[in-house]
Amino acid sequence: MKIPLKYTVRNFRSRRLTTAITITGVALVVFVFVAVMMLSNGITATLIATGSTENVLVARKAANGEISSIIMNETYNIILTLPQVAKDAEGKPIATGDVVVVINLPKIGTEGGFSNVTVRGVSQPAFDLRPMVKIAEGRMFNWGAREIIVGSAVTKRFEGAQIGNVIKFAGDNWTIVGVYEADRTAFDSEIWGDVSQIQDAFRRGVSFSTVTFRLSSPDQFEALEKAFADDNRLQQFEPKIEQAYFEAQSEFMAIFISVLGIFVTVFFSVGAIIGAMITMYTAVANRTTEVGTLRALGFQRRNVLFAFLTESILISLIGAAIGLFLASWLQFFTVSTMNWGSFSELEFSFTLTLKIILYAVGFSILMGVVGGFLPSVAAARLNIVNALRSA
Amino acid sequence: MANTLIEIQNISKSYRRDSMQIPVLRDISLTVPDGEFLGLMGPSGSGKTTLLNLIAGIDKPNKGKIVVGGMDVASLNETALAKWRARHVGFIFQFYNLIPVLTAYENVELPLLLTKLSKDQRKKHVETALQVVGLADRMQHYPKQLSGGQEQRVAIARAIATDPTLLVADEPTGDLDKQSAEEILTLLERLNKEFKKTIVMVTHDPRAAEKAHTVRHLDKGELQ
Ligand SMILES: Nc1ncnc2c1ncn2[C@@H]1O[C@H](COP(=O)(O)OP(=O)(O)OP(=O)(O)O)[C@@H](O)[C@H]1O
Ligand SMILES: [Mg+2]
Repeated sequence: MKIPLKYTVRNFRSRRLTTAITITGVALVVFVFVAVMMLSNGITATLIATGSTENVLVARKAANGEISSIIMNETYNIILTLPQVAKDAEGKPIATGDVVVVINLPKIGTEGGFSNVTVRGVSQPAFDLRPMVKIAEGRMFNWGAREIIVGSAVTKRFEGAQIGNVIKFAGDNWTIVGVYEADRTAFDSEIWGDVSQIQDAFRRGVSFSTVTFRLSSPDQFEALEKAFADDNRLQQFEPKIEQAYFEAQSEFMAIFISVLGIFVTVFFSVGAIIGAMITMYTAVANRTTEVGTLRALGFQRRNVLFAFLTESILISLIGAAIGLFLASWLQFFTVSTMNWGSFSELEFSFTLTLKIILYAVGFSILMGVVGGFLPSVAAARLNIVNALRSA
Repeated sequence: MANTLIEIQNISKSYRRDSMQIPVLRDISLTVPDGEFLGLMGPSGSGKTTLLNLIAGIDKPNKGKIVVGGMDVASLNETALAKWRARHVGFIFQFYNLIPVLTAYENVELPLLLTKLSKDQRKKHVETALQVVGLADRMQHYPKQLSGGQEQRVAIARAIATDPTLLVADEPTGDLDKQSAEEILTLLERLNKEFKKTIVMVTHDPRAAEKAHTVRHLDKGELQ
């Protein structure tokens, strides 16, 4: 590129208003794009963090979420005897059969608005399997009591879900004795209690939704899958690495948000591209004599093309930088939405990743190229003599 | 007798407007020796600019041959022609045609960017050119901070920075007051005498024509 960059830079600085409008347009588009991607990513990241790669979660094959899965007690016992289930020092399996149900609670700040919250009945090893779950306030529930602990996101968002309160579900009163933090995982958006209490209240007999256990060693997963396939009694059930299980739960929402976001972005970007195109056509029209002069001096058509394309791309990149900068502040916000994997509210935060940044930059370059291409070609195609006569 | 620099043989040029061919130059032949200071005069629309553009290689004739410095200019393709111009032709325009967002220094440096010169070498060329036109103290000024006469001097510095074979000037004093015009003409005269630059200058101004060695008149596309 022989036409110096300062020519390009100073030219778009010299017509502040149109450049500023174009930059704003691109910044807006990039902001929307990045925000949506951060949202989609936030859900995935939260659910990935929820599951561990060392744990295995067993659910009924036909179930598309924990709440629609049922594992009867006999099956539960068969699973616990598998050699791939890790044992603690006393030889007891490090496993929890969870009962996962959904209840309705009033949301803070919405008049009469209710939302679903996941209640998870757990047994003791659950806290070894999910070490991120830690009591932050109050105390642990007593085993054998109608007591519960609530996740930090639940206590923040739901009415009456604060420590010391009693909430009613399954025809019973449950005392909130503690609040736990779970490292911004999906567990933060849950309520936990003693599994046998939950089974009893919901009249589930001795059945579970899912079974989660520590894998005896990471290389045992294939053997485990084979054990499930070979045993007639286990054929309706499927073991999955816990992390993969939760990640899959995020897929629907993540894709839904991305697709929605991409539609909105594409829609907006058409506006931004037209804006960039108008700006660049104006730039070319205002500089026809300049182009003629540059060409007379010996600059080639392609030098002119590059100079104008660079200008358009630079404008877009500045817009992208501003959009990215503004969107990066969203990282300090958390939002909650219905997680279609669990049919209940899930709190998560906007998550910015390098990949999103690269996409945004790539996308803005694309906008610059698309918006600037025709005007730049028009500039490059100018006939020298005619361009010089236009003075 | 000096060598021939420009050899024009029977060129014709017409422009198309809608479906009509408008003849602008009819069968023109002209020889310009090396070191010449040629003035081209003639009424408006007589084809002066067109002839100058053909000599400078920014336009091509419909018929005939133009040889400048031994190069058959009309036969070159667009890319080669641009390179040839960068090397051999210095342009001086009526409205100076400086790039407004570049300083005097950067404007003069512009054609040097098309050469293989290093940054330091370019700096020497720019400084020398600006000294010749007497504007070494205005290097960092933008065109709009200069007077018309000064702008034209920067434009002349730009035209001579690459030390071209030929200078073409289209009404270089057309937009200037009497005194600035005088300065510019004196400068062109000096470039011709002192630096042996061949100059082809289109002008309306009889005082400008006086400075030229030879004056040729164009009328209705024919050389008198
Ligand atoms: N690119 C072009 N397209 C169409 N017509 C042109 C073009 N260039 C020149 N002409 C026509 O050719 C004729 C001669 O033009 P030219 O610019 O060479 O005249 P000139 O002698 O330089 O006039 P002036 O003194 O006004 O500058 C004019 O009638 C002009 O309208
Ligand atoms: Mg003219």
